[in-house]
Amino acid sequence: MNVLIPLVAVGGLFIVGFLGAVLGMGWIFGVAFPYLAVAFFLGGLSYRVIGWANSPVPFRIPTTCGQQKSLPWIKRQRIENPHSTLEVIGRMALEVLCFRSLLRNTKVEMVDGKRLVYATDLSLWIGAMAMHWSFLIILIRHLRFFTNPVPYFATFTEKLDGFMEIGLPVFFVTTVVFVIAVAYLLYRRLAISQVRYISLLGDYFPLFLLLGIGVSGFFLRHLTKTDVAAVKELALSWTHFAPVVPETISPLFFGHLFLVSVLLAYFPFSKLAHMAGVFLSPTRNLANTNREIRHINPWNYPVKVHTYEEYEDELREKMKTAGIPVERQ
Amino acid sequence: MAKPDEPEFYEKEDLLKVDWKPPTKGWMDVPVDIRPGTYIYPGKAKNLKILDLPNARDWAVTDQDWKLPADWKTTILDGMADRLSKYRSFKLFMDVCVRCGACADKCHFFIGSGDPKNMPVLRAELLRSIYRKDFTALGKVFGKLAGGRELTEDVIKEWFYYFYQCTECRRCSVFCPYGIDTAEITMMGRELLGLLGLYVNWVIEPVANCFMVGNHLGIQPHGLKDTLEFMADDIEEATGIRVDIPINKKGAEILFVTPSGDFVAEPGIFTCMSYMLLFHELGLDYTWSTYASDGGNFGLFTSHETLKRLNAKIYTEAKRLGVKWILGGECGHMWRVIHQYMDTMTGPADFLEVPKSPMTGTVFEHARSTKMIHLMEFTADLIRNNKLKLDPSRNDHITVTFHDSCNPARAMGIFEEPRYVIRSVCNNFVEMPENTIREQTFCCGGGAGLGTDENMEMRLRGGMPRGNAVRYVQEQHGVNQMAAMCAIDRATLTTVADYWAPGVKVTGISELVANAMIFTGEKKRTENLRLEPIPGVAEDDEVEAPSDE
Repeated sequence: MNVLIPLVAVGGLFIVGFLGAVLGMGWIFGVAFPYLAVAFFLGGLSYRVIGWANSPVPFRIPTTCGQQKSLPWIKRQRIENPHSTLEVIGRMALEVLCFRSLLRNTKVEMVDGKRLVYATDLSLWIGAMAMHWSFLIILIRHLRFFTNPVPYFATFTEKLDGFMEIGLPVFFVTTVVFVIAVAYLLYRRLAISQVRYISLLGDYFPLFLLLGIGVSGFFLRHLTKTDVAAVKELALSWTHFAPVVPETISPLFFGHLFLVSVLLAYFPFSKLAHMAGVFLSPTRNLANTNREIRHINPWNYPVKVHTYEEYEDELREKMKTAGIPVERQ
Repeated sequence: MAKPDEPEFYEKEDLLKVDWKPPTKGWMDVPVDIRPGTYIYPGKAKNLKILDLPNARDWAVTDQDWKLPADWKTTILDGMADRLSKYRSFKLFMDVCVRCGACADKCHFFIGSGDPKNMPVLRAELLRSIYRKDFTALGKVFGKLAGGRELTEDVIKEWFYYFYQCTECRRCSVFCPYGIDTAEITMMGRELLGLLGLYVNWVIEPVANCFMVGNHLGIQPHGLKDTLEFMADDIEEATGIRVDIPINKKGAEILFVTPSGDFVAEPGIFTCMSYMLLFHELGLDYTWSTYASDGGNFGLFTSHETLKRLNAKIYTEAKRLGVKWILGGECGHMWRVIHQYMDTMTGPADFLEVPKSPMTGTVFEHARSTKMIHLMEFTADLIRNNKLKLDPSRNDHITVTFHDSCNPARAMGIFEEPRYVIRSVCNNFVEMPENTIREQTFCCGGGAGLGTDENMEMRLRGGMPRGNAVRYVQEQHGVNQMAAMCAIDRATLTTVADYWAPGVKVTGISELVANAMIFTGEKKRTENLRLEPIPGVAEDDEVEAPSDE
């Protein structure tokens, strides 16, 4: 059910998107929904980030993965156990850009029924890197539709991405990588029994959504005649806040666009919000300066303790007999 | 016939036949199976009363009715709301998990038991499912479809079982792409259970003891003095040296705080004896405290508030005694508390001075705010500056490996200091496989208040990864000792080693130091601090005087 429902839902949404090409509906699917989706995305994500940020970080709890800073002659590990803001930025950059922690991944195996071994397992790291990076590059490529003239870094990215120069229009490496990577992530979620066991509907839905977006995008570029000029006219008109919906836009494009709209709107309220959340993780984004700089807990409050005076009152005679110094005789 | 609380009850072959494949039935539909050997007895009413904790009553985990307060549901939900607003870690970790599964086989309890609810991700989902149902928009509308579930008494029982099957070791958080730390989740889970009066006695009795008399074991001041004097007798027998025992000495330069596990039972006491010998040899102006006679803090395994209630005594006592700075012994979770909580909770310690070694003049700048340093930092500095006379060959009959304790490793990053010290005092040092040490170290299986005998099955299962790694170096390199700078390790790893790698003994690092140290005025050393004969040094042998270079 956790797999079937989201699969059917994404399929259904895609078909619903086709309605955009129906006369008169273009404004709803081509203007209202995209604007709403962006509003949901920006508003929702801000809401989430502000929500997290509103909860303080009462304690400094970095997970240290390397040697601390202590004695000057002991070599410390600046990235794995950062001691300054710059080093924290380094750690976070590695985490966000290279998925440092996933790179550590191992898989446990029992050898001969008695020996545990831990083999390096990069499959998840490769899948995740491939998916996220190709997604980012695809987004950058799409800037072509929203800008006139197209900024250099977008055309440059496009050029790099199409370096194989196969096909007309040229195939972009990232399109293929993206679809394969999403498919792999979906496959591992189903194939690895433990991962399947923990997976929720909300874990499959975004994968199907991304898959739908990727595949429909591929079709739009390579297998159907899309009126690119019309699509660009629409996209540019969004940015000018003077939307125009050309009549030559295909139903397939509206399907693609609607899935993107759904993704944007769904994003902040789902696990996808990890994109923003990772930056706030207190086990990663704090320097291990605990004993050097006092960390302040904004809600620190006095607690009931057993004072020394109470303690000595209860135990004074025993302490005196044992010759242990006391405050009051 | 052995009982479930004895290691002999369990066949190694059975435990090794661990099945990591989850059942076909979804986890929300699998009720918790509470069986002897895998759970810990509940906190006794008398201990809860000492601490003014709610719903003090006597009950049993196997009871159908756990005698929860009438409004328990509101209490839990309000408690969650309160904590979500106070801890960004909690709120964020409830939201950002993508269930990628990277953490799944990183938990020693999952590796050893195969119980899917011991996968860190699923342990968190036990709480997250309630969070989703009651605190998120999607969960409120879509319920189970959005991964939510109803809060019931069965959920509470499941929480109790699984949040006391986590040692808060943080290994999973090393592998999580978002740094989700199950220790944070477990701490919240235990706090919430505490609101209903659900504690385990193995944790809450030590807490009550520590609150009243200063240490977890409930040793009263005169008892502590006796204990230390008894150790001084043994020290004298082994070395011919009579050490002083300064207790509650006002105006001493240094307050020494160590876990009370070092006061009783082998091999902890040998570590304690070693501290006393080292300080004696250095002529260190230090004092023990009876009021702050435990650096360990089972409050960490109870709630943040309890943690603070116990921790407060350290700075209070340092102030009362008028010491300049604080030195801390070999302990694991104590150092999590000292390093990550103490200054924030009970500081600022502006009445103390930045720690400075009276022997070497080294100023420990990295502890300039907390004013407390680790004994291994102190000892490494001494050795580096040639302040200790060492004869590592006295440890030649030992091939030692080093178990990084969870908290010093992953909440502090103290990796090189202990290794430097061990290499300086032992000629034969061997590392365990790289995925089982340093930041990837495996827990002993008995941390965070789980090291009690009624929990034996889980301890042996949880100790399996560590035991396996020890067994490996035992077979490959003839390792016969495992050093650990943690009092819980010294207590529980002994069981794990005896079971999974019989023949490997557990030792504190200081014990290795003291056995290698040449003390001023010592008699010919024929016995180590355990009063065992040192191989190759028979009583009558001519022993060459070690050179003092």
